[in-house]
Amino acid sequence: MFRTVAAAGAAALLATFAGTVSASALTVGFSQIGSESGWRAAETTVTQQQAKDRGVDLKFADAQQKQENQIKAVRGFIAQGVDAILIAPVVATGWDAVLKEAQEADIPVILLDRQIDAPDDLYLTAVTSDQVHEGKVAGDWLVGAVGDQECKVMELQGTTGSSPAINRKKGFEEAIAGHPNITIARSQTGDFTRTKGKEVMESFIKAENGGKDICAVYAHNDDMAVGAIQAMKEAGLKPGSDIKVVSIDAVPDIFLAMENGEANATVELTPNMAGPAFDALEAYLKDGTVPPKWIQTESKLYTASDDPKAVYESKKDLGY
Amino acid sequence: MTWIATRLRRLAPQLIALALVVVAITLIAPGFAHVTFQNGRLYGSPMDVLVRAAPVALLSIGMTLVIATKGIDLSVGATIAITGAVAASMVAAGHPLAVVILAALGVGLLCGVWNGLLVGLIDIQPIIATLILMVAGRGIAQLITEGVILTFNRPAFAFLGSGAFLGVPMPVILWVLTGLAIGLLVRVSALGLLIEAVGINRRASMMIGIRARFLIVFVYAAAGLCAAIAGLIVTADIKGADANNAGLWLELDAILAVVIGGTALSGGRFSISASLIGALIIQALNTGILISGWPPEFNLIIKAVVIIVILALQSPVVANSLAAAARVRADLKEPRRSRT
Amino acid sequence: MTREALLESRGISKSFFGIRALANVDFEVRAGEIHALLGENGAGKSTLVKILTGAYRRDAGTIALEGRPVSPRDVGEAQDLGIGTVYQEVNLLENLTVAENLYLGRQPRRFGLIDRRRMEREAKALLAGYGLHLDVGESLSHYSVAVRQIIAIARAADLSGKVLFLDEPTASLDAREVDLVFGILRELRSRGLGIVIITHFLDQVYAIADRVTVLRNGERVGCRAIADLPKRDLIGMMLGRELDEETHHRAEISAEAAHAPAPIRFRDFGKRGSVAPFDLDARPGEVVGIAGLLGSGRSETAFLLFGIDRADSGHLEIDGREVPLASPPEAVKLGFGFCPEDRKTDGIIADLSVRENIILALQARRGWAKPLSPREQAEIARKYIRALDIRPPVAERPIKFLSGGNQQKVILARWLATDPRFLILDEPTRGIDIGAHAEIIRLIEQLCAEGMALVVISSELEELVAYSHRVVVLSDRRHVRELRGAEISTQSIMAAMAADPEESAA
Repeated sequence: MFRTVAAAGAAALLATFAGTVSASALTVGFSQIGSESGWRAAETTVTQQQAKDRGVDLKFADAQQKQENQIKAVRGFIAQGVDAILIAPVVATGWDAVLKEAQEADIPVILLDRQIDAPDDLYLTAVTSDQVHEGKVAGDWLVGAVGDQECKVMELQGTTGSSPAINRKKGFEEAIAGHPNITIARSQTGDFTRTKGKEVMESFIKAENGGKDICAVYAHNDDMAVGAIQAMKEAGLKPGSDIKVVSIDAVPDIFLAMENGEANATVELTPNMAGPAFDALEAYLKDGTVPPKWIQTESKLYTASDDPKAVYESKKDLGY
Repeated sequence: MTWIATRLRRLAPQLIALALVVVAITLIAPGFAHVTFQNGRLYGSPMDVLVRAAPVALLSIGMTLVIATKGIDLSVGATIAITGAVAASMVAAGHPLAVVILAALGVGLLCGVWNGLLVGLIDIQPIIATLILMVAGRGIAQLITEGVILTFNRPAFAFLGSGAFLGVPMPVILWVLTGLAIGLLVRVSALGLLIEAVGINRRASMMIGIRARFLIVFVYAAAGLCAAIAGLIVTADIKGADANNAGLWLELDAILAVVIGGTALSGGRFSISASLIGALIIQALNTGILISGWPPEFNLIIKAVVIIVILALQSPVVANSLAAAARVRADLKEPRRSRT
Repeated sequence: MTREALLESRGISKSFFGIRALANVDFEVRAGEIHALLGENGAGKSTLVKILTGAYRRDAGTIALEGRPVSPRDVGEAQDLGIGTVYQEVNLLENLTVAENLYLGRQPRRFGLIDRRRMEREAKALLAGYGLHLDVGESLSHYSVAVRQIIAIARAADLSGKVLFLDEPTASLDAREVDLVFGILRELRSRGLGIVIITHFLDQVYAIADRVTVLRNGERVGCRAIADLPKRDLIGMMLGRELDEETHHRAEISAEAAHAPAPIRFRDFGKRGSVAPFDLDARPGEVVGIAGLLGSGRSETAFLLFGIDRADSGHLEIDGREVPLASPPEAVKLGFGFCPEDRKTDGIIADLSVRENIILALQARRGWAKPLSPREQAEIARKYIRALDIRPPVAERPIKFLSGGNQQKVILARWLATDPRFLILDEPTRGIDIGAHAEIIRLIEQLCAEGMALVVISSELEELVAYSHRVVVLSDRRHVRELRGAEISTQSIMAAMAADPEESAA
């Protein structure tokens, strides 16, 4: 298996080398983790779109979830003498050596959607969302939506121990902290999947008086929310009106549910990490403007009033 | 009459374990055993157990036969992903339901036959042979779904996952029928006996004139077919195919169900019904944990501890020492004459 | 009784689940003697040995070693006392070297590390003491079963050094190898060890033992010096009855039948690296014996005849028509049956019941889609359990709990149930007790009389002489000689085995 992956990595490298190098335009290498989720695929699509819109020659390398492939790809970019490198790091550690090589070659590196454990002078900036903030936005929406009503919330956590699960839980709890009328009555992991989200919600409904006691569902991602919505419908409940549904990610399918009145709100984890990255890069290359070490992307809240149908149409072809 | 008694004796450890798990959950969550009839179907946590057990139960049917031949099939989780992807993409493309189902079953059968040929014909060790499809299978599924969760809206197909017939949820009907069909097939015909013979002593079976290769291809094909049915249910359930997560690690739960069911990994004697009860025990634990309200950090520990206890109680070593302990207690009550 | 007993046990009794396995058995071994422990299967030999070597605890009785009472709690403790055991399935590790096997768990150490050089030197010296000169650094898998057996014996003697129990030490050896092992045993005897051997080969008992103790049904029948004990009397002690004389006459096959073309004709059949091409005819009502030393191609011939190994030369004619034979299912379809030599690995399906083992070949021939009904199965099982006197007569008992002789009968029943026209038996009487032995020979003769064609491979020449109409002699993987009728005798067979291949082929 290892050999297959290595071969694929090599093929990706060859593809990078084979790309045409335009003399005038900016050439940027992008080492992507892989395509393990819809969001990741959308990030790749958006990055390519952004590059095209700005006339950037983007060299794309898919690391198939292996850091060694990413390091190889980055070395390949350095050898080609690209103008900048974007890395969506698969893990947090082990980057120092290759980042030093880039620094010595005078190539700025920008990290996308994840931070790493390395001295921050080794990279130009990191463009990521703030997962705690995402949870807080979701929580703030719920606080505003229920007012003074008593509200029992069912929380569908992400994979136990994963950082989005920990942070999105933390942010949500911060938001509802001053509101004793809102309580998280049950919290279980749905492993970020529809199937588990549905299964967990089915159990919650049974445990909470057939769902009559449930005021809201907070899911750490939209997929689990979609599963939970199905569970509620099959139990004869009306998600969106009987039970409020708020989740995070803003994948296209949640907007369909929102359009049907079955979901209430979602917080966007934008796939557009490249936009702010290119902005910072262009400014830096033009007049040496050094960006802050962390560029936080916007965690935008979408609700039914944001024309979910239109948002769906705009997102559905991004590869989610 | 004696037949029923023999069956019950074979299934007793599993039935007792299931009963104990159910009783324990009911003590923790009193509403657990409550079943009502609403929205035209049976409704309640026990029904959740039966419905959610469907994928593992289906996999455990095929897995029982595979393990009986001294094999193992690690690829069935990936086969769920492949068949789910095939079904979802065909439904999305608007093919008739019958065509979709036949195509998915055919693909599952093909996956199984592939494994069977690797194991039976080319004599690759089962764990290695099926690892190939386990790893490659998800990639194939992702190619079909193009990396996205392929969703569709076809109530007739979704019925397989969330519909009910005469009040019984479809997934339950499907796994019970599949279990009955395959169970009857192998026990009414001579397949079951021949499979057991091959599992106990393949060399001797071959010398008796048993076509071991055919039987091995058959059991892996059956495993693939069961995985395909599970794939249909999983896909219909969430009205979408999630190539990354559909059936993920379920092969391990299926192997566990077979082991809880008392079929030895070393092959030979098997019981499909015991494996099905094993699958129910696993799912009862899962549902019980969800309903208990305990933090999710404990899920896997609780599951592991309960399963260790169940397996330990079945092990002959523990059974013997329990019997010995009982003897010692009897001795203490009524001291025997000392032996030389 | 001039000499003192080395190991002496009195009044040993043992029961399992209320069934008496040994009742008040006395047994003694002297220093410097080879003592044979004999009895039919189930007589209690292995129970007694297991008690004396610490594997089982006795219910009653005393054991004394050199006059002091002992009570070993496990095999290790018995070993430390000086009582060693070598089991039939040699307990060595094939992937380790000879020296490592000899010193496993007690390697000489130097600075805490294994002193390999010293270990190999000592191993070499130890084996040289038995006249065996081997490269002790070579892995054990390199050597023959006989050498492994000797190494196991050497290890046990070196570990324990007073009393040695040997369970069927010669079961898988040919004549030359048996001599080799016996040489070692005589050497150990001269060193003053007490040696107990359990064996089924009575000739070997006469060749090596000084005294013999016979057990029957868990009781001691007697202990006699072998020199004063005619073989007939010994068999009488073991069986408790006189062995029938009927194994010693041979039905004649009519002259015209013998000259008519045989219905089953193997022509030029062979496989490179296995057996050189040979011709073989099988006729109804005729037993063809196959004789040869171990490794001469006996079992390989059987594997070819039954399609387990695919012949790469020649063809098979049945009733004048050429038919393919490339797999056991094809052989079964032709009405062939095959009882393999290695019952445990090739014959029994251990966890299945006697009934299932009996019907399996018939079921395989019918195919999976035409199952025998439970009633048919029970009837077939009952019929053959009665006909072959399979004990215990319990159809649902797993075959692994039966004695070797009864397992062999079940395997015979398995093929008889398919009503075969041609039956190949490879060592049908090996490793089974004398009673079952006689029954199986009687059965061979009966099947032959009923018109079955049989090929019987055996290393017991008297047996072959008794029931064969023709004997094919193998040597060096070639069929070198075919003896017929009055030509057949143990002398003529041995002469053919010993003859130069070129000479006999001429």
